[in-house]
Parts: sequence; C-alpha cells; structure tokens
Amino acid sequence: MDLSHNILSILIWLPILGGLGVLAAGDDGSDTSARAGGMRMLALGVSVLTFVLSFFLYTNFDNTTAAMQFVERTAWIDAFNVEYFLGVDGISAPLILLTTFITPLVILAGWNSIKQRPAQYFAAFLILEGLMIAVFCALDAVLFYVMWEAMLVPMFLIIGIWGGERRVYATIKFFLYTFLGSVLMLVAFIYLYGKTGDFNFFSFMNVPLSITEQKYIFIAFLLAFAVKVPMWPVHTWLPDAHVEAPTGGSVILAAIMLKMGGYGFVRLSLPMLPDGSQYFSGLMITLSLIAVVYIGLVALMQKDMKKLIAYSSIAHMGFVTLGFFLLWDIGQGSGAGLGMTGGMVQMISHGLISGAMFLCVGVLYDRVHSREISDYGGVANTMPIFAAFFVLFAMANAGLPGTSGFVGEFMVIIASFKANFWYAFLAATTLILGAAYTLWMIKRVVYGEVANKQVAELTDLNGREFVVLGILAFFVLLVGLWPAPLVDMMTVTVDELIQHISQSKLAAL
Amino acid sequence: MRVTDFMPAAPEMVLLGLICVVLLVDLVVRDENRVVTFWLSIGSLVVTLITLLLTAPEARVITFDGSYVSDGLSQLLKLSAVGLVGVGFLYARDYLKQNDLLHGEYFLLGLFGLLGIMIMISANSLLTMYLGLETLSLSLYALVAFERNSATAAESAMKYFVLGAIASGALLYGISWVYGVTGTIQFDEIATALQTRPELNSLPLWFGLAFMIVGIAFKFGAVPFHMWLPDVYQGARSPVTLYIATAPKIAALALTLRILVDGLGDLHSVWQGMLMVTGVLSLVIGNVVAIAQSNIKRMLGYSAIAHVGFILLAIFTGSATGYGAAVFYTLTYAVMAAGAFGMVILLSRKGFEAEAISDFKGLNARSPWFALMMLFFMFGLAGVPPWVGFFAKLNVINAVLEAGFPGYAVLMVLASVVGAYYYLRVIWYMYFDKPTDRSVFQAGRDTRVVLSLNGLAVLALGIVPGWLLKLCLDVMS
Repeated sequence: MDLSHNILSILIWLPILGGLGVLAAGDDGSDTSARAGGMRMLALGVSVLTFVLSFFLYTNFDNTTAAMQFVERTAWIDAFNVEYFLGVDGISAPLILLTTFITPLVILAGWNSIKQRPAQYFAAFLILEGLMIAVFCALDAVLFYVMWEAMLVPMFLIIGIWGGERRVYATIKFFLYTFLGSVLMLVAFIYLYGKTGDFNFFSFMNVPLSITEQKYIFIAFLLAFAVKVPMWPVHTWLPDAHVEAPTGGSVILAAIMLKMGGYGFVRLSLPMLPDGSQYFSGLMITLSLIAVVYIGLVALMQKDMKKLIAYSSIAHMGFVTLGFFLLWDIGQGSGAGLGMTGGMVQMISHGLISGAMFLCVGVLYDRVHSREISDYGGVANTMPIFAAFFVLFAMANAGLPGTSGFVGEFMVIIASFKANFWYAFLAATTLILGAAYTLWMIKRVVYGEVANKQVAELTDLNGREFVVLGILAFFVLLVGLWPAPLVDMMTVTVDELIQHISQSKLAAL
Repeated sequence: MRVTDFMPAAPEMVLLGLICVVLLVDLVVRDENRVVTFWLSIGSLVVTLITLLLTAPEARVITFDGSYVSDGLSQLLKLSAVGLVGVGFLYARDYLKQNDLLHGEYFLLGLFGLLGIMIMISANSLLTMYLGLETLSLSLYALVAFERNSATAAESAMKYFVLGAIASGALLYGISWVYGVTGTIQFDEIATALQTRPELNSLPLWFGLAFMIVGIAFKFGAVPFHMWLPDVYQGARSPVTLYIATAPKIAALALTLRILVDGLGDLHSVWQGMLMVTGVLSLVIGNVVAIAQSNIKRMLGYSAIAHVGFILLAIFTGSATGYGAAVFYTLTYAVMAAGAFGMVILLSRKGFEAEAISDFKGLNARSPWFALMMLFFMFGLAGVPPWVGFFAKLNVINAVLEAGFPGYAVLMVLASVVGAYYYLRVIWYMYFDKPTDRSVFQAGRDTRVVLSLNGLAVLALGIVPGWLLKLCLDVMS
C-alpha cells in the first residue's frame, strides 16, 4: 500500500479521531470498570498504531534531498489563498517521530494513576498528539498557527484538571503567557500575506523584505518562540506549569512542546528573515548563554525534583538556540552546519531524556505523593531497578558520553569554539553545572541511608513502568552510541537551509 | 406601481401578516395552551425564511420610490437574523414555562423586533432606517420589561428606554442636518450629491454626521455610549438578553453600513476618526472591565462591547475587505453569543437564574457534553483557533493591516489576550472546580439539540470558514 500521499494526514487525524472515540467510549466516572479498561486499551491502541504508521515515514524518508517529502496540498480557504499544505523534511521528520514515540509512553504512564475522568485524560493526550504532529508538518502559515494555538487547549485542560494544588494558577499562566507570545506572530503572518498574497511558507521565504521589516517580524516571531522554548527571561511559566502538571503533561510539555519553539526558529525565523536573524544573533547567543549558565545555577538550588528538571530543561534548550544562531560568527565553512545539527540533535535527545526524568519523578510521586527532594533518601535500597534507570537518565542529562545527551551538546560546544572561545567557555560550564545539579539530586534521592518510613515501604517498578523506562533507556543509549541515522536524516536539509540563510534578502529589494 | 415592485419587501409583508395572525390567535388561546403561540411563531419564522429564499434578488433592486433596497447584503443579514431569532425562541420556551412567563408577548414582541430589523437591513433612505429602528427599539424596551412583577426588569427597561430615546433623538437630529445639507434622504442620492458637489463636504454635514455616529454607537453599545448595555443585559430575563445580544447586532451593523458606506461613503476620512476612537475605547474598556465581573450576563455584556470594538475597527478601514470582515465578525459573533446565553438559560430553572459565573462550577462533572459546548463558545469568543472566532479576528486584522494600520492590529491582538482571561475563567470554573449544585437540567430535548448544534456550528464554521467568508466578502464588494 502506498501511503506516501496521505501518511501525514493519517498521522494527524488518526489520533484526533481516536481521541474523540476515546471520549465517546467514556469511563462511567470510575477507573476500574470494564468500560474504562476498554477505553484505555483503545487509547493505547490508537497511539501505538500511530507510532507504527510513523515508521513508514522513517523507512521511506529520502535522506538525499532537502525538498519537502510526503507533500499534501489542497485549497482550504479560497478567499485568503489558505491551503491545507503538509510536508516534512530533515528538520521536522525526526520531531514527528519523537512525538509519535513519546505519546504511547505517556499513555502507559498514566494507566492507573489517573483516577478522575480517565477518558477525558487519554482523549486530551491523543488530540494533543495530532495537533503537535500537524504543527511540525504544516507548511501554510494559517494552518500552522491554528494548530499551534489549538494545541494550548488540551494542555490547558490537562494541567488544570489533573494537576497539583496550584494547578489553576499554573495553567492560566501557561495559557496566557504562550497566547500573548503567539498573537504577534499572527500579525506578522498577516503582514507577510499582504506582501505575498498567500500564506505559503515558501513564498514567505522568498519574498524580499527590508531590514526594518525583518527586524520587526523577527521580534514578533521571537516572542512566540522564546516563550515556547522557553528562553530567559520569559521562562517563568515553565517551572510552574511543570510542577503542577500531571506526569504525562510534564513529559509532553518537556519532550515535545518546548521543541516547537526551536522548530519555529529553524522553520520560520532563520529562513524567512536571514538579515534580521543576523542582526539579532548576538542577542540570541547572549540569551542562550544566560540560560545555560544562570538557569543552571538556579537549578542547583531547587528543592522540588520537578522544578529542578524544569530548570534543567531551560538550560538544555539554551544549547538549542545557541547552536542555531552561531552561524554568522563561524562564517561559511564546515562548522556552520555543526551548530545547527547539534541544536537539532539536542532537541531530540532532550525530548527523550527530560521525558524519562519526569517519568522517573512520576514513578516516585505515585508512591509517596511528594516531589520534595528532602522527603527521599536511600531509594536505591528499596527500588534497585528503578534506581538504575534513574541514575542512567541522570547521567544522560548531565551529558555523559555514550548517552544521547552528549552528542548534541558536544556538537554545539565544538561549533561555539569555532565561533568564539568565550562562547565555548561559558557553554562548557554546563558540563560542570549539569553534572552538579543532576547528580547532587541523585545523591540525595537515590543514595544514602533509607530516609524515612515511606521510603522503606517503597515497591520497585511494576512491569508497565519497567517497559516504559526500558524503551526510553534503549533509545537514549542508541542515539548516544550510534547517532548516525538521526544525523543523516538532517544533514542535507541543514546544508540547504544554511545555503538559504546565507543569501541576504536585501539584495532583491 | 406594479406588483413586482412589492417583491423586494415581500418577506417583511409576509412576516407582518403572520404577526397579525399570531396576535389574533394568541388572544383566544388559554394560558395552558400558550405553547400554540410558540409553534405559530416558529412557523411564521419558517414561512418568512422560505419567502426570503424565494424572493432572493439576482441583482440590487431598489423599490418604493428609492426608499427600499434588496441586495446580497440584505439577503444574507435577513436570513441570519431570522435564524437567530428562531434559535432564541427555541432556547426560551422551556425557560419561560418554568418561570410562569410563557405569555404570547415574548414571541410577538420578538417577531415585531425582527420586522424592525428586516426593515433596517433593507432601508435605502434615512426615514425608512429610522422607522425600522424605532420598530425594533420599542419592541426591545417592552421585551425587557415584559416580566411585569420584577423591579430589576422595570428598572433596566426604564434606563434602556430613556437612554434609547435620547440616542434616537440624536440620530434623528443628525438625519435632519444631513437632509438639510444634501437635500435628500435617500442613500444613493446622498452619495451622488456628495460626488457632484464636493463643497457640501464641510462642517454642517460633519455636525450632522457626528450626531448620527452617536446614534449608531448607542445602538451598537460602543464606548462611550455603552452604559445601558451591561445593566440591560443583567436586568432582563435571560431569553430577552439572548434576543438583545444577537439579532439587533445585525441590525446595528446594517445601520452603520447603510448610512456610512452607502450614503456617506465619501466622508470616509471624517467618520474614520470617530469610529477609531469609539472602536479603540470599546476594545480596551470592554475587555478590561469584563475581567472584574462576577455576573456572567454582565461579563458577556462587556465582552459584547469589546467585540463591537472589533466590528467598528473593521468598518473604520473603509475598504471592501474591512466591510466584509465586519459582516463576518457580526454574524459569527451573534452565533457564539446565542450559544453562550443559551447555556445560561439551560442552567437556570424555576426560581433560579444561573447568573453568577460561579454557577458554572463543576459543570464538567454534571454534564460533560454541555461543558464542552460552553468551552466551544468561550474559546470561540476568545478567538482561539480552531473555533470560528479566530477567523473573524484574523479577517479584521487582515483588513486593518491592509489599510496600513499595524498599530491597531497589535492593539487588537493584545486586547484579545486580556479578553482571553475572563473566558478562561468560565472554563476554569467548569472544569477545574467541584460542582456546588448537582441539580438536573430541566430544559427539553429541542433546547438541548439546538444548543448542541449551535456549539458544533461554532467548531464547524472554524474548520470550514471559507464559504461564509467568501459570501461576506462578495456581498460587500
């Protein structure tokens, strides 16, 4: 069967329709009834099927071309030349695979721990999955924006309904922050539409723009993407949202939603506004380095495990933005692609590691109902298998060679060396800081004497949790030891992208 | 005059005839059979709708010595108005019955109001416009007061009447100046007069224009003539509020487009500034004050003011795209507002008006389906995609940018972010809080079905907005 002309639509709409099916299947308000069990199997089935279908994307992906693949294109709103225009290249394909891979794990992770209205919970995740995939393959600005905003709705409900004590505060902050960031992007899109007459990303890339226009549009895009990444100083929603979100929500937020910001920079800001990006590259590098160093220090001081991982996410995402904007400091040459590829590998790897870290905290939280580091100690004595996983992921988070965390960071650090010694010097502090905050947390939680009665009564991983963490551990090691398949997917697209960015748009004016 | 000259006004005549029939039948119907009036009213609406479709003009037709017009715009607006009034009636029946208010008056006044709306939509002269406006306004004043024993209803009706009369006076005064300067009351002749004698475009005409804008702003409920709106929304019974919040907005849009675009289009540079001030103020004040409300009808009232700001700023651009955007915005807003007030009606029951926003607490636990519908309405009004409110805003922002006002576009989106907060609060109460009230809804099946369709329409129009968008742009180009 040849799916290549509708695989993207299937990946988008299968989970959304499946989510509606799950909602319709219902749960009779109880989490133990047979109906709820069937509903769960349906949710898992849909997400696994989506993952299996996304394999088609991987096996049929052509590494040798930078052109869009699996393109689908039909008119949507004629009055504005808006199209339903989908396609993937080496930048978006890995992120789509990450999305389809993480979602079944999240559904498994929430299997029994969601007691209240489980059908709505699973449905929200499935719908969210479809919307996120749509963001990664949309090539029309209106379609992109619709999916980008619609994505907030299920996440808003996930944090608000199944979150912790201060969930309402956290979720409203999350929604308004990201909404505020995005609306100016819409104005920028409509402005560009006024120039080109359609909302096609490729017309936006090719339309000549003056430097003033590029600066304003860059700022509008920056607000949207910087809030999502999040970059210092607009990161404050993230620790709140992460702490209050249920485990599954934190995983999706860290593993995929944050990547939207990075994706936005490579898909929109850089190719559409090459001169604006060059103008602001110094600012971007500064903000990224502040995120790496300052947020790293902030992470060191956290008492709450989820908050610590949230801050560590911000620091790691700093590497992504750093890698993307090193281009002009390195100049045309072999190193230019390294920073960008490094940033993208870092996105995938951070998706795996941060997801795994939040799942580990979720495992502890389900048993003890506390996220405070001080409530734990000596977990390794009662949960040896769990401890092994937790330590592995922590090492990956600290960037240990052999794990996926090492690959991206290393590439970005090498690229920054080519740009400027001091960039590299500051970026490399993460090797110390990252190790310090992660391993210090591990020391306090996992090792030492059994701290209290609750820890003494802990039971080790059950089969479901073992499978989830095991799969993640496998991929963390796989990407760390053999990153070639992932990097190969990106190389040609990145080279083409750099080619495009290095051509100033001002000449055509 | 030939018979065919009456054709453009056939729907109004049919409606008037049917109103007389309903009026007579209502006299002989006893209170326990009052539902007959309801079904007759629905029947009248259906017949009017069919007449509208049958008499659809192929091109712009002007009749009655130039005082009446039938064109694409009138067709679109009338169809929507009839539909919205019908939806309002369907929501109202069970509510009125539970509260012992199922009298003929509600439906009859509603139909008379609709007649006024349809006359306004088709008006081609200032006097026809004024006639339609008064037919509508008098019906509305009476509708607000129709619960005789309620002090709040009487108070808000009085307030509405006094302020409304002043506004009508201002409009009439403006009309007299325009007539005095141009020597005609017909919109197309006014436009011709302004083109052939540009010297008319001077202070006396602007003076008259300013008074007409006061009348328009009052009928729309735009700042600074918005004071009546929250009080009336709150004081009136929910079905009446629903009525005021939907179809008369379409009438106000027709009032604005006919007078400012058809008649005084050449004065664009003059009225542009006036609309800008009222539009921006409405946008900001409506959104900010809505945050402080704890009564949902009042909150939706202030939100209506904010939405009017969008509509006025769309007309402010003075371009065909802007007018089309205003039409699209008004129609979709009316659909969403009808749903939101429909939810208030659904949650109310005998002796209990679900007026406080906190009455929505825990709705997801009581009825996940209707909580979802309310979520559709709220996100739709907030302008979050994929609901249709987003495309309405996109359209207006596009028109404003096209006209070269990026500053206003930025202001609009920032105001929407402020606005999102109070819509989110309703969703927060519905989904994140526990219910305080576990009673079962008393509304009948028809109300539930129509409300569900209304909610799904808000989503469906957002997924396939193209056809309506094209229709709205076509009728204005």
